[in-house]
Amino acid sequence: MSTHQAASLPTRQGWRLPALALGAAVLWIILWGQLQNLADWLTYDLIGLTPGMHLAESVNFFLYDVPKILMLLTAMIFMVTIIRSFFSPERTRALLGGKREGIGNVLAAGLGVVTPFCSCSAVPLFIGFVETGIPLGVTFSFLIATPVVNEVALAMLFGLFGWRIAGLYLVTGLMIAILGGVIIGRLKPERYVEDFVWQIKVGQGGQDDVYKPTWDDRLRDAARVTREIVGKVWPFVVIGIAIGAGILGYVPEDFLGDIMGHQAWWSVPAAVVLGIPLYSNAAGVIPVVYALMEKGAALGTVLAFMMSVVALSLPEMLILRRVLKPHLIAVFVGIVAVAIILTGYLFNLVIR
Amino acid sequence: MLTVKVLGSGCANCQKLEDSARAAVTGLGVEAKIEKVTDIAGIMSYNVLSTPGLVINEKLVSSGRLPSEAEITTWLTDALMAEEAG
Repeated sequence: MSTHQAASLPTRQGWRLPALALGAAVLWIILWGQLQNLADWLTYDLIGLTPGMHLAESVNFFLYDVPKILMLLTAMIFMVTIIRSFFSPERTRALLGGKREGIGNVLAAGLGVVTPFCSCSAVPLFIGFVETGIPLGVTFSFLIATPVVNEVALAMLFGLFGWRIAGLYLVTGLMIAILGGVIIGRLKPERYVEDFVWQIKVGQGGQDDVYKPTWDDRLRDAARVTREIVGKVWPFVVIGIAIGAGILGYVPEDFLGDIMGHQAWWSVPAAVVLGIPLYSNAAGVIPVVYALMEKGAALGTVLAFMMSVVALSLPEMLILRRVLKPHLIAVFVGIVAVAIILTGYLFNLVIR
Repeated sequence: MLTVKVLGSGCANCQKLEDSARAAVTGLGVEAKIEKVTDIAGIMSYNVLSTPGLVINEKLVSSGRLPSEAEITTWLTDALMAEEAG
């Protein structure tokens, strides 16, 4: 490990950025408390709609939920990025090294949530993990957990469905990552890893300890990441909530009970299949799904759909295809899909 | 002469890192060879888990993030001093 003293710039922790962050947080809380009043005033006073009308219901939902979800997203991404600044893939690898399967899978799933990771780095991460002796099953637990438990989905679930369902989603996502990794580990998947992976020589060293961000760095970085992600997803949020608002106002109560309710056994697998092409669009999908649930869709079906949207993403499969043979990709997709379907049925059975 | 390598294949941040590295080299007014390493074996030989990575004179100085131009300048200066001392 290198100790590269001069690499750290002479920085002093200032008070300006932390004070700015605190001020923003106070402003956020004040605004948050006024959102419903603001939406009501806009809908009924400014636009002049009559309470109880279909149109009024839709417009009110839209005007309340768009700012609410965008504010939640901003706060959530900011906080998650701060938390992630205390982790790195290198540290995660060190923590996972030498862990047995089982404990390793649990730890990998948990670390998958807090480790900063972009699917564009999936290939070096995968090779770096398996070449240093981390079992494949454990590596898969990590790879399943990172997209399933994603902060955009969590923030939107929390905003629209409340903390119970957001929590349920988080716990189920972790369970799927742990069990999926354990099962894949049992299937002797080493033979389905592309041969070149085992030939690559991973260099020595690395820079596990060189970068030590100050709080100013963390805050600045979190602000940048938040701007980037919110800047990318906000159109989907607005469109999703607009569609959701339309459904809420105009689709009759329990309209979907027959096709997406508890009795329709095939609705869970159908939801999973439907979710695959909608990858990485949790932001637009969740408000629509919320509206569907209000109209009679079952919770398990809805959860299965959301997990399928985030967990089974085509681009990530293509990236992983570079290191995994098609066989293992199929096994990976199959196990995750089955796990999601079972989760859907379980919730449909338990929660009514 | 300094050798600067940008590690990473096709991520959006790799291009940004290369731009900052070029700007830092120009700013210092030193001679440097800037290379892109895009093949996975080459990237892994520096034990990088997340791209983009930055290597100066065969030493990995940053990975998985976008260092500022000022940081890169410091690293370049360090490498220059090490070159002269060695």
